Amino acid sequence: MSNTVAAASRPEPDNNYLTAGYGLKSWLLTTDHKRIAILYLIMISVFFVIGGLFAVLIRLELLTPAGDLVSSDTYNKLFTLHGLVMIFFFLIPSIPAVMGNFLIPLMIGARDLAFPRINLLSWYVFAIGGMTTFAVVLFGGVDTGWTFYTPYSSTYSKTAVGLTAIGVFITGFSSILTGLNFVVTIHKMRAPGLTWFRLPLFVWAHYATSLIMLIGTPVVAITILLVFLERVFGVGIFDPALGGDPVLFQHLFWFYSHPAVYIMILPSMGVISEVVACFSRKRIFGYGFVAFSSLAIAVLGFLIWGHHMFTSGQSIFAGMVFSILTMLVAIPSAVKVFNWTATMYKGSISYETPMIYVFGFLGLFTVGGLTGLFLGALGLDVHVHDTYFVVAHFHYIMVGGAIMGYLAALHFWWPKITGKLYSEAWAKLSAIIIFIGFNLTFFPQFLVGYLGMPRRYHVYPDEFQIFQVLSTAGASILAIGYAFPAFYLTWSLFRGKAAPANPWNAKGLEWTVPSPPPKHNFDTIPVVEEEAYDYSRLEEEVV
Amino acid sequence: MSAHKIPARIYYLIFATLLLLTMITVEVAFYDIGILSFPVALGIACFKSTLVILYFMHVRYGTGLTGLFVSAGFIFLAILMVFTLMDLNTRDWQVQPDESGISLAAPFDHGYGIGKQLR
Amino acid sequence: MSEAHSGLVAHQFETAEQQRETANLGMWSFLITEVMMFGALFTAYGFYRTKYPAAFAAGSDHLDYLMGAFNTAVLICSSLTMALAVQAAQHGKRKGIILFLLLTILLGGVFLGVKVLEYADKYEHHLIPGIHFSVDSSYAAQIELFYCFYFAMTGLHALHMIVGITILGILVALSHRRRFSTDYYNPVEMAGLYWHFVDIVWIFLFPLLYLIGRS
Ligand code: HEM
Ligand SMILES: [Cu+2]
Repeated sequence: MSNTVAAASRPEPDNNYLTAGYGLKSWLLTTDHKRIAILYLIMISVFFVIGGLFAVLIRLELLTPAGDLVSSDTYNKLFTLHGLVMIFFFLIPSIPAVMGNFLIPLMIGARDLAFPRINLLSWYVFAIGGMTTFAVVLFGGVDTGWTFYTPYSSTYSKTAVGLTAIGVFITGFSSILTGLNFVVTIHKMRAPGLTWFRLPLFVWAHYATSLIMLIGTPVVAITILLVFLERVFGVGIFDPALGGDPVLFQHLFWFYSHPAVYIMILPSMGVISEVVACFSRKRIFGYGFVAFSSLAIAVLGFLIWGHHMFTSGQSIFAGMVFSILTMLVAIPSAVKVFNWTATMYKGSISYETPMIYVFGFLGLFTVGGLTGLFLGALGLDVHVHDTYFVVAHFHYIMVGGAIMGYLAALHFWWPKITGKLYSEAWAKLSAIIIFIGFNLTFFPQFLVGYLGMPRRYHVYPDEFQIFQVLSTAGASILAIGYAFPAFYLTWSLFRGKAAPANPWNAKGLEWTVPSPPPKHNFDTIPVVEEEAYDYSRLEEEVV
Repeated sequence: MSAHKIPARIYYLIFATLLLLTMITVEVAFYDIGILSFPVALGIACFKSTLVILYFMHVRYGTGLTGLFVSAGFIFLAILMVFTLMDLNTRDWQVQPDESGISLAAPFDHGYGIGKQLR
Repeated sequence: MSEAHSGLVAHQFETAEQQRETANLGMWSFLITEVMMFGALFTAYGFYRTKYPAAFAAGSDHLDYLMGAFNTAVLICSSLTMALAVQAAQHGKRKGIILFLLLTILLGGVFLGVKVLEYADKYEHHLIPGIHFSVDSSYAAQIELFYCFYFAMTGLHALHMIVGITILGILVALSHRRRFSTDYYNPVEMAGLYWHFVDIVWIFLFPLLYLIGRS
């Protein structure tokens, strides 16, 4: 057994995964998890831009109280497509399918995921689902909202609901396949000595995420299929006029879609754990608590879906039960936030770009999570349900939390993935612009929502205009902040300095292999003999 | 290979039990045992599946991990069912089934604010 | 490291043992998703059955419970032959694998044949929801709902049977070409798990669809 240090110190790897084959075919038929991650990265970046364009149109329309830019029908389609694309085609695959795909085998010392061909299959399934959704746009769009509430979606909507349903159904399977691959990989492919409690917390977070994907996704898939069948055959599964029960649809939908919000945030939390430890030069405070809180979030997440249905005709008793259970999920979330903060305490913190995103995440996720508790309180939710308060809540978590985590991950592991260093100055600047732009966009929405402006309308009373103008102004800043990375990261690909194997001096197996990693990751499977985030030992070695 | 080899005798035994239980299910369905008939039918079905899982699918001879995975599937399914039916069975705006078995929804009174339980 | 790269072990694994355990866990993870997928239908079924007990009993009355019972027995037989096929694979008996797989396919075919007869019968009696449905009852809509679930659930189940039969067919061919040995028969074992799962679904479907309100 040769040791891995030899591989790490080899300066210029002659055969890394990027140079291990050229041409389109070598990419489209690859089973290398690292290349599949890149395929996903390209795909979801496209979707992010598309989803963003819909958002631009929404924000422009809302600049004035009158509906002067688009008609109400068009507006309905805009927010529907924005939600669909951002949730199913960007946020759900974002960190897992890109970062998780790339990093999990490297982090656990494996040559690939357990099922490399299924991994490729999941990308193709995703691509087909995506194309179907493109087709929806060509066929005139869809206007049900990303939630597909029946009986509007199943009976009344005149738009391409059926095709959308098929698109989402197909995409669901890509998520299932990814989750399945991760669960099995994490169980069976860990390097010798890498016990569960030595795993990076990123891996724990992805394990919890994958459980949700496995358990929740099939339920929404079959539910969407029922909506499709109901439309095609004109039966009344969810149509009250024919004995169906629309609230049942909401149960089945939210059984997945509430846990799905944790699919979006848990991987980000995993990223935060890695980055916080690295730039505080300390072991994560309370490792076990952070690890188990991921699992707790995944499990508790399945007990609280009814908080989306307080005003939908769900029984009051069920509403009360769900309201109480909702409070529970705040506990593991708070455990994480406190532990990250405690990790920074007395650490030697440095302010590289990924860390700036972490600070953004901590603040914004806390606001988003706490407003979630407001919404989870049955009595208060009756007042603010379906207002901009809800919109602000979930954007604080999904944009302020999940996307900040995604950007942190992209900047943290960019040198590893591409072998290139980006410009710190530009990256920091754009992180700060994003933070400012984000708050200006979404904080006014809390206020206007609390004052009573309902979501999903394109006209509104004059007195709300000031908030909407602020919001649109913020969105413009946010857009600039998002555009920057597209440029300086692309630039780094061609002009960036070559990255060393471990540019941040971070712990973790992925940093022991060259950047970019060789095709089969490890010449010899490493043997792990230390705890995760053993930064104290690293400092000693350096000294 | 570490796969556990089970004697064919056990397979035949399980097979016979399954057939017998199928006959019992059919038989029981024709007796008027009131509200018990549903739990009995479900109980027999659960028992049959347990046999299939433990013996035909070798879970009894497998690792604890497999057992954990199997139970996880059924536990989360139970969560889905219990909470969904909890809502249905505690709705105050929903008229309970009459003799015809049809429950007609009361005119849509949205449930909140004027709940019977709270009055 | 001698075992790795002997051709039977894929590059990402160290040993055949690891590969086998991984395949096994992967299959069980997949079955969890199947449990949840069918489970969502069962939940919806339970929801409406609680809501409309008499309509569901009336709907069930139109089903031929003898056909259902016969099919249950057929599937149980096929589960036995499937288990025996896996056992033959464990002992490296190639002929045994092929024989028992063919028997399983045959029984699966019989099951589907009976299903076709049943579906045809439902068509004749105007019991196809949406397309061709009329029953003389004051709560026809609710009975139609029962039939929606009858077709959704048995249809999804039948789809799984068709997939299963296809897989078994491929395994027969592979086995014929001596692809399996006592060291490597993961595909047979995995197909077995899948087939038994499909059997379990039917074990629940039979009493829930065919046997309600018979007393
Ligand atoms: C601390 C944990 C959280 C709690 C207690 C919570 C609570 C709630 C509640 C009660 C609602 C329903 C509001 C209404 O419709 O009236 C809601 C909506 C929503 N939440 Fe959260 N939430 C939490 C975390 C998250 C996370 C982590 C995400 C996403 C990553 C998220 C995304 C959403 C979305 C997308 C909606 C709106 C769904 C829709 O109707 O379109 N939430 N949340
Ligand atoms: Cu929720």
